[in-house]
Amino acid sequence: MTYIVKPKNHHPDLEKNELGLTRRDYEGSISSLCAGCGHDSISAAILEACFELSLSAHNIAKLSGIGCSSKAPAYFLNQSHGFNSVHGRMPSVATGANLANHEMLYLGISGDGDTASIGIGQFIHAARRQLNVVYVVENNGTYGLTKGQFSATNDLESKSKYGEDNLFPSIDLAAMAIQLEASFVARSFSGDKEQLVPLLKAAMKHKGFSFLDIISPCVAFNNHGTSTKSYDYIREHNESVSKPDFVPLGKEITTSYEEGQSVQVPLHDGSLISLEKLSKDFDPSNKASSLTKINKAEEKGKVLTGLLYINTESKDLKETLNVVDKPLNQLSEKDLCPGAEKLQAINKDLC
Amino acid sequence: MSNIKSTNEFVIKFANVNGSGSASANQMFAKGVFRSGVPVSPKNIFPSNIQGLPTWFEVRVSEKGYLGRREGADIVVAMNPQSYNQDLMELNSGGYLLYDSSWKRDFKRTDINVIEIPLTKLCVEEFSNSKQRLLFKNIVYVGALSYLLNMEKEIYEILIKEQFKGKEKLIDPNVKALNLGYDYARENLKEICEIKIETSDKTKGMILTSGNDASGLGCVYGGATVCAWYPITPSTSLAEAFTDFSEKLRVEEETNKNKYAIIQAEDELAAVGMAIGANWNGARGFTATSGPGISLMSEFIGLAYFAEVPLVLFDIQRGGPSTGMPTRTQQSDVLSCAYASHGDTKHVLLIPSDPKECFEFAAEAFDLADRIQTPVIVLSDLDLGMNDWTCPEFKWDDTKLFDKGKVLHGKDLEEIENFGRYLDVDGDGIPYRTYPGAHPEKGAYFTRGTSHDEYAKYTEDGVVNARNLSRLLKKYQTASELVPNPIFKQETNTSSIGVIYYGSTEASMQEALDLLHEEGVILDAMRLRAFPFNLEVWEFIEDHDLLFIVEQNRDGQMRTLIMAEGGIIPDKLVSVLCFDGQPITADFISNKISSHLTGSPSKTAVGGK
Repeated sequence: MTYIVKPKNHHPDLEKNELGLTRRDYEGSISSLCAGCGHDSISAAILEACFELSLSAHNIAKLSGIGCSSKAPAYFLNQSHGFNSVHGRMPSVATGANLANHEMLYLGISGDGDTASIGIGQFIHAARRQLNVVYVVENNGTYGLTKGQFSATNDLESKSKYGEDNLFPSIDLAAMAIQLEASFVARSFSGDKEQLVPLLKAAMKHKGFSFLDIISPCVAFNNHGTSTKSYDYIREHNESVSKPDFVPLGKEITTSYEEGQSVQVPLHDGSLISLEKLSKDFDPSNKASSLTKINKAEEKGKVLTGLLYINTESKDLKETLNVVDKPLNQLSEKDLCPGAEKLQAINKDLC
Repeated sequence: MSNIKSTNEFVIKFANVNGSGSASANQMFAKGVFRSGVPVSPKNIFPSNIQGLPTWFEVRVSEKGYLGRREGADIVVAMNPQSYNQDLMELNSGGYLLYDSSWKRDFKRTDINVIEIPLTKLCVEEFSNSKQRLLFKNIVYVGALSYLLNMEKEIYEILIKEQFKGKEKLIDPNVKALNLGYDYARENLKEICEIKIETSDKTKGMILTSGNDASGLGCVYGGATVCAWYPITPSTSLAEAFTDFSEKLRVEEETNKNKYAIIQAEDELAAVGMAIGANWNGARGFTATSGPGISLMSEFIGLAYFAEVPLVLFDIQRGGPSTGMPTRTQQSDVLSCAYASHGDTKHVLLIPSDPKECFEFAAEAFDLADRIQTPVIVLSDLDLGMNDWTCPEFKWDDTKLFDKGKVLHGKDLEEIENFGRYLDVDGDGIPYRTYPGAHPEKGAYFTRGTSHDEYAKYTEDGVVNARNLSRLLKKYQTASELVPNPIFKQETNTSSIGVIYYGSTEASMQEALDLLHEEGVILDAMRLRAFPFNLEVWEFIEDHDLLFIVEQNRDGQMRTLIMAEGGIIPDKLVSVLCFDGQPITADFISNKISSHLTGSPSKTAVGGK
């Protein structure tokens, strides 16, 4: 962590986005995570994505559970409300918040302990309900804040920093999310900003449950030679299915990829995510082929990254529940209270 | 043998097999009495079972308005051979036993009247459909009872028409079944029953409804928009009532879209988490549960307390501990709700005593939660929640606005130099909050369950944390001035002895006080309606030398709460405790108090019957 207080003055020549804001305007408090923590890179990528999309920070809500990952929302987007809830329960708080006001963007920041163990039930149900949230798992395969216990995403037989073997198989959250009909599922690596930022941007624009499993090495407890979530291991074993590029609505569509090799997926608001196809048999809109691809990579000891699955047709929770368009938290007495006359009729029914 | 003779004062008990369709017929019977203008108190005593086990339905009829449960039945409608023996024992001497005499039986009690109606035979002769033959037995005995009790049969014909509105095909066979029973009784059972219903006007301005239905409606009127719940007896019908009323009252005409969102959550933890998320974001969210749910929700309740997020929660108490008696009543979550969650926590409790108060407190709970920025738990119970009660009709003042509490919106924030989420600006311990999205540059903060300073920043400074905890105590003091006052039976205190009670015990209390009065014992009585206790509560306790505290739990939880919060000496407070899962009776209360005062002064008067 750094102890240097960030100066409040901005350099006048800093790049500005459509809102006239600089990257500094999207910053948060100073991180208290360890120097080199993957989570800080993810925070930086989120900041970058919000800057590039010219999002108003105050229209974003950051929600988290408990753990190192769940502290992270304090370290970006100071102008956003944040809610550091209880361990594994971020999805339910995000659900309530979303139902209260569907017009905001909800960033759910969780970790592998928070999601794959204590919170797996809430994760599953938020996904199957198609809660409109960007759900990020900062996945380091370890319980960092309690000093290095195995998490449920740690690979079978991988060793802890203390030399113990992990006795149980890992849970692949991305594969699980696809099974659960999450409509946007991606995996990336905290150290791969080029891949991560476009994926985050697309997730923010996607309507429905946007899940990102981001391998984020823990420098303190899970970055040693025998870890399968270390920087070195991931760099060596990263197999990307797609190099994404995100094109917001209203911008000229330019891609750096050759025709025929790239596929463009339009999102709900008309913006596009362009994917360079590295593999001919890969179609991110087909659930079965996505799962097969993930399984095949796993057999080879590879970590498949990129946009793994997308479905732009699905309804989100608000639509499924047929909730009015005006946010519920803006409805007044007139909208909500049926009044004395209707009550008198109800009284009559009860006599 | 002398027959029981009574007009408009009796108890009738129906003994049925669970799942046989008896509940709706029995409810119809009770409603018929209500429509005759006589106050009625039906109680469904049901097993945790869907089909096959014995189930009972007791109806107390009382023109005097004594609507608490009373031991012993004057009429038993025995429809379940499994429970004949038990049902027979509960029938008072001189009472009436009505049974299905298709299979004749000798009940071996000479002090009762046996009323034989061949219900199965009548139904087999009249109906060809096997389902109808089974179901209509219940309607046939309602028809017979309407004759035996001298009621107007037309009342039931109208009730049938109302019940099957929209399913008109069912009206004729039901009316036929009703007449079948009525006619059989008229022809065969003349002048056999000396218990009668005489039309009265005592239900004018009254309604017959359950606490859960009333609470669900109260949530609609109180502006709740997010309901997240997990099924658990006896709270389920509250969420279902909210759903029904919302579907009727809260659908936007132009778009046919809902001005509410209801989620059946994956568990109680998620349910309360959703309610907290909604309230944090400025909507009114709630959940409904029972004791086991309170245990599961406790971590989140602590978060809402410490992070100061409004939350409304209904606890429809049932028999505990653990899974306990899921279909029986108790008031045994008082302490677990008052102090739910780890660390120093205290919560606002609202304790309604009839459906009218359930309606009012449900609506008020949202105002209080927003005003105090804390969880508000409405403490009801199975008896109040699931049974129909005769109570005054609901009222609403159209000029009333929702009290959303201290919320700073965009404009307010423009004018404020120094926003601190947990700053005690007004000195009442209640800080100002903002909703997410309020202002582009001001008002954002980080809500957390970790220790925080006045600006919502994480702190490990013990002094700062202690300061925050002390402010929460001040806020709790403020809360005591905002919650509903206790209700007193007397205008001024006249006795040195008092009785304190709460919730559904109200139904039996006036009768208990009248019984004691007949014995020459005069007590002042106070009904608690909320926690934290306010000054009036402490003054009442101060003004009396001896106080009985009547509760439906084993450990005298309210007594403990009073001692803990007020430093009241234990010797002054005598518990009267019923915890057999049945609603407390006036006889039980008056006997325990009377025996304590007349020489068996144990510190506790404990037990069931």
